[in-house]
Amino acid sequence: MIKLQQITKTYTLGKRDLQVLKGVDLSVEQGELLAIMGPSGSGKTTLLNIIGCLDRPTTGSYYLDGKEVSSLSSGELAAIRAKKIGFVFQTFNLLPRLSALANVELGLKYAGIDDRDLAMEALRRVGLADRANHRPTELSGGEQQRVAIARALVKRPPVILADEPTGNLDSKSGEEILSLLTELHREQGITLLMITHDPDVALRCQRIIRLRDGLVVSEERT
Amino acid sequence: MKRQLARLKGVKKWLDPAYSAWTSIATHKLRSFLTILGIVIGIAAVIALMSIGRGAQAQIMSRIQGLGADLIGIRPGITMAGGVRGGFGSASTLTLEDAEAIREQIPYIAALAPTFSAYQQLVAGNQNMNAQVIGTTPEYAFLYSLEIAEGDFFTDYDHQRGSRVAMLGANVKQTLFGDESPVGQQMRIGGNIVRVVGVLKSKGAVWASPDDAAIIPLTAMQQMVTQPRTSRGERVVTSIALKVSDQSQLDFVTQQITELLRSRHRLAPGAENDFSITSVQAVTQALSEATGTMTLFLSAVAAISLLVGGIGVMNIMLVSVLERTREIGILKALGARERDIWGQFLTESAFLTLTGGVIGVVVGCGTSLLLSRLKVMTTLLSPDIIVLAVVVSLGVGLFFGFYPAWNASRLDPIEALRYE
Repeated sequence: MIKLQQITKTYTLGKRDLQVLKGVDLSVEQGELLAIMGPSGSGKTTLLNIIGCLDRPTTGSYYLDGKEVSSLSSGELAAIRAKKIGFVFQTFNLLPRLSALANVELGLKYAGIDDRDLAMEALRRVGLADRANHRPTELSGGEQQRVAIARALVKRPPVILADEPTGNLDSKSGEEILSLLTELHREQGITLLMITHDPDVALRCQRIIRLRDGLVVSEERT
Repeated sequence: MKRQLARLKGVKKWLDPAYSAWTSIATHKLRSFLTILGIVIGIAAVIALMSIGRGAQAQIMSRIQGLGADLIGIRPGITMAGGVRGGFGSASTLTLEDAEAIREQIPYIAALAPTFSAYQQLVAGNQNMNAQVIGTTPEYAFLYSLEIAEGDFFTDYDHQRGSRVAMLGANVKQTLFGDESPVGQQMRIGGNIVRVVGVLKSKGAVWASPDDAAIIPLTAMQQMVTQPRTSRGERVVTSIALKVSDQSQLDFVTQQITELLRSRHRLAPGAENDFSITSVQAVTQALSEATGTMTLFLSAVAAISLLVGGIGVMNIMLVSVLERTREIGILKALGARERDIWGQFLTESAFLTLTGGVIGVVVGCGTSLLLSRLKVMTTLLSPDIIVLAVVVSLGVGLFFGFYPAWNASRLDPIEALRYE
């Protein structure tokens, strides 16, 4: 499903070049549940952004679904994000002025699907059907993250990328979100990549990779 | 049913950008209101001022057109006395003989009337006033389409005999006779007794209005007031008015008269004309241009306020893009392309200015109608102004929204997502 070969990423900060990724190789099978761990600054988020087609690698090749995507135009990358990738962020990133339902509908909008029923069904799946018309500010953190998951999932993308999805939640809500994600993974055969700091969370995944200074330093199956 | 649903969805898709634009505008009510207000003022000013300009134009035109566009007036030229220019008509160069020559030699003349006028004291009973007394031929009434309120215009017979009869302008009649009928009564012009034969209907304040004059046969005038003569012994007149039979020949007739008069007055080639020929058409054109310029000037002033409104829109859109950087990042992560973002912000600014435009049209038309209703000034609203205003307001939104929208679409999604 996902195949990275010698991916590097260099940011230019003023006059200094900062190499965040220094040659990452990674293969992820379809339907796999993968945890990405590592200290801050190790390049986890950059890696996830490249996998999510938000960013392009400086060098190396990236095959998504058998297709080389590292050299596509920004418009083509947007189309891939719209159809194949669902993002779940640490800070939820819902649009504050839209209702929960409208936020979920946004997930469909750019995939070219116009179906309110699908959005409602996704909200029901995450247990928030009765909160459809609430604004994000009227929802708890856990509920907001569930809306975000519904938004990522509503278009049925093959890949969901989650960047510390429980990082801003208390342990109880975090546990609920985690259960929801693993359930969805099991039910729908989604390829799920998750960045986490929590070893207990990582242990619930099928495979853990660890990054340090822009390189994969270890890989273990649980 | 299914097809209807599909059509509904099509409509929804089309409305979708408008809906997102509406939600973001509704989020910042005061800010949106103030931005829209700038456009409202601009558009309302454009409409109100244009309708005022056009109203003035139409009013002037209708009054002049009332005289007839096929009229030509000839007046003597300017005297030069020691380098001081007198006004038009101050020279004694135009004569009765000129008028006869024109009538005999120039084609396309439907009617012609020379006038010899002078200010005289008019007395009736114990009322008296100073007024212009116009000595002319009966054709004068036909030339200026004069309408008779009572009595009859003097006849050719009166003119041939030099009858002491007078037609009174509406104001003259009112001053001298009040509400009484003057027809058949006697009055004095200077030291001469004349009989009133008729009263003219008021023409209002138009160019060359006869309301304030008395009109008598030219022959009678010649007996009452000494008519000056030129060095060649010709009898001087104040003006010659004529009407052409074919309006398309107006320029030709004007040119022919000019040549005839120049040769009769023995003017050397290159010398200035010692008379002036004005056609109502030319005056109409000149006035039309003048009022057109005024309308343009008023519109330009209004357009400046619209420009300021547009800059306000751009300012707000830039702020809005900055505020919503994170939102733009989220939309991009969800798969929005550059043109989706661009379209959304452009729709939003167009929505703002179009709303302002529509309200502005209502306010502008209201102001215009109110001014007209209160008789402050004549205004003229036409659909083209309204359509233009709406199109311009939309154009302002697209123009001033373009740069902010383009800025928004070019944001890097990762940096936008990281923006606090």
